[in-house]
Amino acid sequence: MMEIGLNHYLVLSTILFSIGLVGVMRRKNLLMLFFATEILLNSVNISFAAISHFYGDLTGQMFAFFVIAIAASEVAVGLGLLIVWHKRHNAIDLDLMSTMKG
Amino acid sequence: MFEAIAFYLFSFLTIAMFYITVTTSQALYALSALAAGMIFISAFFFILGADFLGAVQIVVYSGAVMALYAFGMMFFDTTRDVKEKKGNKYLITGLATLAAILVVVIVSAPLIGENISAYYPMTEGAGNTQEIGMVLFTKYLVPFELAAVMLLVAMISGIVLAGKKMDLSLTLMSDREIIEMREEKNKKVLL
Repeated sequence: MMEIGLNHYLVLSTILFSIGLVGVMRRKNLLMLFFATEILLNSVNISFAAISHFYGDLTGQMFAFFVIAIAASEVAVGLGLLIVWHKRHNAIDLDLMSTMKG
Repeated sequence: MFEAIAFYLFSFLTIAMFYITVTTSQALYALSALAAGMIFISAFFFILGADFLGAVQIVVYSGAVMALYAFGMMFFDTTRDVKEKKGNKYLITGLATLAAILVVVIVSAPLIGENISAYYPMTEGAGNTQEIGMVLFTKYLVPFELAAVMLLVAMISGIVLAGKKMDLSLTLMSDREIIEMREEKNKKVLL
């Protein structure tokens, strides 16, 4: 209990990932959906760093860096698209984005 | 001992913050809770000895990403309560937990195997930042450059999408059109 091992970090990562998934599934507002995806990416980063530490290998940290870079660019593009959508439709609800519905 | 205390404290704080982010109906609360959660996550990186990753986490997430979200929120009406989907709450929670456990099993399945050895073992006598520099600029140089190109593309797309009158091109317009556009702009300023 007092000795923190790899499993503790993996369990924490699971809990955070499930919180993020709950957010992705229940949110209707697109901005809140982006927040939930940030939680998903961060929870994965924790497990990468933990595996990197407990196996003495730097690969996990490298992948965490690339995940951070991808998250940053995702936010830039996503927010740009969201602003364009908000200018046109004056709403950012997910239900309105059904123009490709057959 | 101290590691255990820090781990449990910060895991409690992180889970609480992210729970607020997911469940609150105020966009501003969600943003603040998310920023706090990012800072608390960097504590795990410091506990795990990944100092540089922790610093990057604070700088990139709490600095850049949160500032971007704050600017983006100025465009949207954030005082209004966020409407929620009326779905089966237990089904959503169960499915999310199942999917998360599946992901962790997939990630940690190779760890159960016997013969695991480090590809790029940590060097003795070098700090974390130094080690990361050595690995990043030798073995991971090409992905690093690709990430740089991707960030550049993301930056340009962000500017083009969020900027005003980005659909006009001054090089493709005739001189008269440019003069007309400027006069129109001056009129708006004078009004």
